[in-house]
Amino acid sequence: MAGDRGGGSDLEAAFADGPAFVPYLAAGDPDYDSALAYVEALARGGADVIELGLPFSEPIAEGPTIQSAVVRALNAGMTPDRFFAFVEDLDVDVPLVCMTYYNLIYQYGSSEAPSASDSRATEPGGGQGPRPFVKRAAAAGLSGFVVPDLPAEEAEPLREACDEFGVDLVFIVAPTTEGDRLRRNMEHVSGYVYVQARTGVTGARDDVSDQTERSLQRLADYDVPKAVGFGIKTGEHAARIVAGGADGVIVGSALVDIVAEGVENDTPTEEVAARLEAMARELKTGAERGYEQRVPQAGGN
Amino acid sequence: MTQRYADGKFGDYGGQYVPEVLMPAIEELTDAYERYVLGNEDGFMDEFRARLRDFGGRPTPTQYAERLSDRYDREVYLKREDLLHGGAHKLNNALGQVLLAKYMGKERIVAETGAGQHGTATAMAAAHLGMPCEIYMGERDINRQRPNVFRMRLNGSEITPVTTGRGTLKEAISETMRDWATNVEDTHYVIGSIVGPHPFPSMVRDFHSVISTETRRQLREQTGGLPDAVLACAGGGSNTMGMFTDFVDDEDVELYAVEAGGSTLDVDEEAGVAPNSASLSTGEEGVLHGARTKLLQDTDGQIMESHSISSGLDYAGVGPELAHLVDEERVNAVNVDDDSALEAFHRLSQLEGVIPALETAHAFGYLEEHHEELGETIVLNVSGRGDKDLQAAIEETEQRDIEAAPSMAEFSGGI
Ligand SMILES: Cc1ncc(COP(=O)(O)O)c(C=O)c1O
Repeated sequence: MAGDRGGGSDLEAAFADGPAFVPYLAAGDPDYDSALAYVEALARGGADVIELGLPFSEPIAEGPTIQSAVVRALNAGMTPDRFFAFVEDLDVDVPLVCMTYYNLIYQYGSSEAPSASDSRATEPGGGQGPRPFVKRAAAAGLSGFVVPDLPAEEAEPLREACDEFGVDLVFIVAPTTEGDRLRRNMEHVSGYVYVQARTGVTGARDDVSDQTERSLQRLADYDVPKAVGFGIKTGEHAARIVAGGADGVIVGSALVDIVAEGVENDTPTEEVAARLEAMARELKTGAERGYEQRVPQAGGN
Repeated sequence: MTQRYADGKFGDYGGQYVPEVLMPAIEELTDAYERYVLGNEDGFMDEFRARLRDFGGRPTPTQYAERLSDRYDREVYLKREDLLHGGAHKLNNALGQVLLAKYMGKERIVAETGAGQHGTATAMAAAHLGMPCEIYMGERDINRQRPNVFRMRLNGSEITPVTTGRGTLKEAISETMRDWATNVEDTHYVIGSIVGPHPFPSMVRDFHSVISTETRRQLREQTGGLPDAVLACAGGGSNTMGMFTDFVDDEDVELYAVEAGGSTLDVDEEAGVAPNSASLSTGEEGVLHGARTKLLQDTDGQIMESHSISSGLDYAGVGPELAHLVDEERVNAVNVDDDSALEAFHRLSQLEGVIPALETAHAFGYLEEHHEELGETIVLNVSGRGDKDLQAAIEETEQRDIEAAPSMAEFSGGI
């Protein structure tokens, strides 16, 4: 695997030349080995950053598609430790972001006493807070985190650990994030901002929300890459969103749908991987097309 | 009005662990809570109290329980929240929140329900105040609590079955949060216990604190003093904190939160199942549904599937304030198992003519097992009545050998 991951700015760098395509899959869905093949297929298809879901039993920000992926991955035995092994086993050379919920980050290493070299203050509950998880994640080569149930208000301990280990903490900006709140949140952002395209939960949609456009307008003055996610399904969606000013597109459910279909029809792993690669290429090409449409009027990023 | 922990942190517990999309709504709610509930702006609390009286039937009595007192040779009192409209304490909170939603200009109510009692109370309050309402309920709970499903429908609410996981309260809360995240602009989420992100735990406690305010006053009128022990069952802990709040500063009054011990306190880590709901007694600190609190979880932090004979206690988490008061040793976290609760269900029905909810029965199971340690004067919160549980209670009774239980066999054919 690539040894140069785990910087802190490699996420931002992934957005430097042209629009970034950021696919999501749940690690271990439907099983460890297939998921390795699927993630590698996404990289071949043109992924610039990959978001890997570490499945949590209560994924409150996910719609039915990713909820099912989480169930499949958990049933196949995915755990935080296996997740880190998964990251290390992956043969890709794009930055990887861990998408998970705070309880898994918080619990990791909570049962072990801090070693002498980790003589940080322990959390009041007896554990060590998010630090052991972030340390392990950085060692595995992860570049950042997205934690959907962690608003800026509660993010300080994780932020500190991320700074210590040089990992980015990606924040979500929702259609409802405005005014002072937006300004405060933007102070915490590193890597890229995750622009949530619509209110609600994840899931592929047939249309592009006009909430997206308004969000991008609100963010126009901030000099940080803006990746739009939630509901993007086709290359055409990707093109429109990038043409509208996004620096990247995040696509999850539309890819997970391909995995789910493979499970349902017992499709061989290579075939599912080939479909994922083709879908990745469509989305990446769409994003590039959108970028070309945009350049004359907006001048790019 | 209580202002304890106005910042939403209860020691290490509490907080606001929710998706960003909900944070603006939570800020708006916090502001409304401070102005209307804590500040009585526009006479909100006056209207709330008047409606609790006229629509809800408050105050509920604190009743001397003669035959239980005889049985245990001490003074036993019952706080009769089962007599509140709807048959459980739940209306205090549901009415408060639906009214608050109106003051905030919201146009739609969503709520989760486990036993169906909170859903029922919310459906009633929504009908009473003319708000459209959608209730999420686990499929398994729909099957265990049919009468409440019909009641909610009769009041005009939509019921949406939740099929993920084991189909109980935990999944219903997750699904209602997803709805709220989708419709956040015009919708208020009436959460059903002292759980969730700030300001819910404080606000729900404040709406229920009338239980302890009345109990304290009524007991003093009847006995001239304070009780030695106050008991309430605890799922999320709303009837519990409602019953405890005004006694917290009375250091000589012992407080007992009685959790569901289920079939056993042992945990099957491999299967991810804790066959109980004793998160205060056995849980570990973690983050679920918006708050840091005590949870039933495995060592990785995956939430366990809980179990209880009573749907309303069947939850892997608990309110952060209650978790804090247990850590501070102000509240005793205790539990009784399914069998003990079912026996107590029959005992209270026969000795006092009060058929309790299976949730409530847990507190009476603890009374039976530990009355000798509870002092001279004991008051228990009868958080709800058992009509919703008849089917489940009869089925569960048939599977056991319960001495005091009457035979139903001759009337078999269902309810
Ligand atoms: C009668 C009754 N008591 C108790 C509970 C448990 O809730 P809490 O612990 O929030 O009081 C319920 C919940 O449905 C209930 O219906």
